[in-house]
Amino acid sequence: MSSFSLNATVRNQFVTGMKAIEIKGISKSYGKVKALDSISLDVASGEIFGLIGPDGAGKTTLFRIMTTLMLPDEGSGTVCGLDIVKDYSAIRRIIGYMPGRFSLYQDLSVKENLDYFATLFGTTVDANYGTIKEIYSQIEPFADRRAGKLSGGMKQKLALCCALVHRPSVLFLDEPTTGVDAVSRTDFWNMLSRIKASGVTIFVSTPYMDEAARCDRLALIRDGGIIGTGTPDEIVSEFPFGLLAVRGERMYPLLKELRRMKGVVSCFSFGDLHHLAYDPTVTDRERILAGLSDIGFGDCSVRDISPCIEDCFMWLSSRSAADRTAEA
Amino acid sequence: MRMKEFAASVVKEFRHIFRDRRTVLIAMVMPVVQIILFGFAVSTEVNDVRVAFCGDLSDPAVRQAVDRIDHNKYLRIVSRLSRPEEAEGLFRRNLADVAICFDREYGSRIVSSGHAGARIIGDGSDPNTAQMIASYLKGVIQAEQADVAVELAGEMTPSMTPVVQLMYNPAMKSSYNFVPGVMGLILMLICSMMTSVSIVREKETGTLELLLVSPVKPLWIIVSKMIPYLVLSAVNFASILLLSHYVMEVPVNGSILLLCAAAFIFVATSLALGLLISVISPNQRTALLICGMGLTMPTMIFSGIIFPCESMPAVLQWFSDIIPAKWFIIIVKKVMIQGDGLASAAEELVILTVMAVILLAVSIRSFRTRLQ
Repeated sequence: MSSFSLNATVRNQFVTGMKAIEIKGISKSYGKVKALDSISLDVASGEIFGLIGPDGAGKTTLFRIMTTLMLPDEGSGTVCGLDIVKDYSAIRRIIGYMPGRFSLYQDLSVKENLDYFATLFGTTVDANYGTIKEIYSQIEPFADRRAGKLSGGMKQKLALCCALVHRPSVLFLDEPTTGVDAVSRTDFWNMLSRIKASGVTIFVSTPYMDEAARCDRLALIRDGGIIGTGTPDEIVSEFPFGLLAVRGERMYPLLKELRRMKGVVSCFSFGDLHHLAYDPTVTDRERILAGLSDIGFGDCSVRDISPCIEDCFMWLSSRSAADRTAEA
Repeated sequence: MRMKEFAASVVKEFRHIFRDRRTVLIAMVMPVVQIILFGFAVSTEVNDVRVAFCGDLSDPAVRQAVDRIDHNKYLRIVSRLSRPEEAEGLFRRNLADVAICFDREYGSRIVSSGHAGARIIGDGSDPNTAQMIASYLKGVIQAEQADVAVELAGEMTPSMTPVVQLMYNPAMKSSYNFVPGVMGLILMLICSMMTSVSIVREKETGTLELLLVSPVKPLWIIVSKMIPYLVLSAVNFASILLLSHYVMEVPVNGSILLLCAAAFIFVATSLALGLLISVISPNQRTALLICGMGLTMPTMIFSGIIFPCESMPAVLQWFSDIIPAKWFIIIVKKVMIQGDGLASAAEELVILTVMAVILLAVSIRSFRTRLQ
């Protein structure tokens, strides 16, 4: 363990003050479909950077461009100071990549997969056991089991081990928690925090807004464009409206009525609640409650809440959509 | 790339092959089954032909001819027709393969004029077989007539009968034609189909992304994928040779070394084709379809396994020239059956080598270091 933390310190010193990832104006189209539209991002060394957005927002494309698997149509970028187009072979030595789908050999055993990826990166599992020990020890009892026969959480741990086995400087995780149960997801984020502590920069994407709070900094992506960046607190603090959680008997008619009310900016369904954003200069909780009982929704409960990342995402994406319409 | 990483990749590829029962079946069992099937079941030889006849049995000449047919080891008399028209009914019910109708007063005509006719009716629904059966039966009857003529005249009448001798294959065994063909087909199938499917599978499962992101050079990924199939082809080549020699009794007249060299060049061509297919197919199904429709079928049709290329229209003959299997099969026939040396197979060897070099160069260049 001691050599491990020493190494981490060296790495931290080496990369301090340097951007781990820097991309400028990256665009990529598939035929007529614009997957990425002039994306720019900075990721500081040693942080967990989250790319948050729904399916089809362009997250995987951005990952593939940053991991040198694809060429951007426009724009440039660096990973640890290395150009993502020119220095692709050097980048491939220093990054770890975990693709969105489970992409290991299903017909090879856990140990065979790990050994193979260690060998590909010119190292051995034994030499880097310290790096992966904590995660690998959880799946080691199944070392001889075929990877295809593992449960979702265990597959994910194995994939993470394979991506980490050569001690990458930057770890790219494309939707690592998709299709994994809630307990394993929490587990996984705890593991990421510990990996970060060892000095690895982590670039992670997720469609789950609730995972955003675990990141140091975020970029919200939608339809190939970044609609907001900052720390989770910064993003939440920029939310300009008042927010209410509304619960009632007939949820769907309620949603339609709420959207029609004066001063209501937006209203979205959040599980068994409606999150309602209102303009505090026009209306407030009492007026909305009174308005509701006037039209026969007297049984509603309404309380003030503070916005979460998802509320901000909804607001930011409707704003960017409005901007786009205005431009057009 | 260091040896260790390369070796690990080759070992990994072998594991993929041997852990999948279907792959083992296709790679190891199918060649043996195919060679036996083509060698025994699918043969165009005339064997156990059922003959119906129509004629006057009280005529000694007819009786003698029928006897002769019945005693022939490939022919068998199954029924007697009262009228030639009945032959059709027998063919329809699949009770006879051929019918022979002797003219009325067959015997007396031979004696009086020396001319007597017999009509052979074949089942043209299978033209190839019908042709062979009819000409075989014709030969038997002609021999009979010649004998009768000698008997009558008491001495040799001036007549000429050509003696047909088929060199290299005196017994007209169809396995002499099928073994080289099947050898070409199997080597091509194993190399191109299996290689393309194994690369496309990694594309499908996403593992190719991981391989590309690793520091390993793409060229070595390709080579490590090809090596196991090269080894498999060597095993298959050996087992086909052994089977055809000891079971099918096809001789190996020429140099085995030359044969192996030709096989090696051909395998390289097929591996390159497989790689090209893997580059253009997005999934395993497409790869299989391209291999089947684009490689196996043209090989079967144009490489002379079933139809001789010489009897095709000129355009199709040109097309057959671009099929590598055709040249390999010609080399195998020359070296294995005719026992020719390097000199006579040189032209085909050069063509095959040029094809291999071009295909390898194109396929390796088109293998991308990135995703599309």
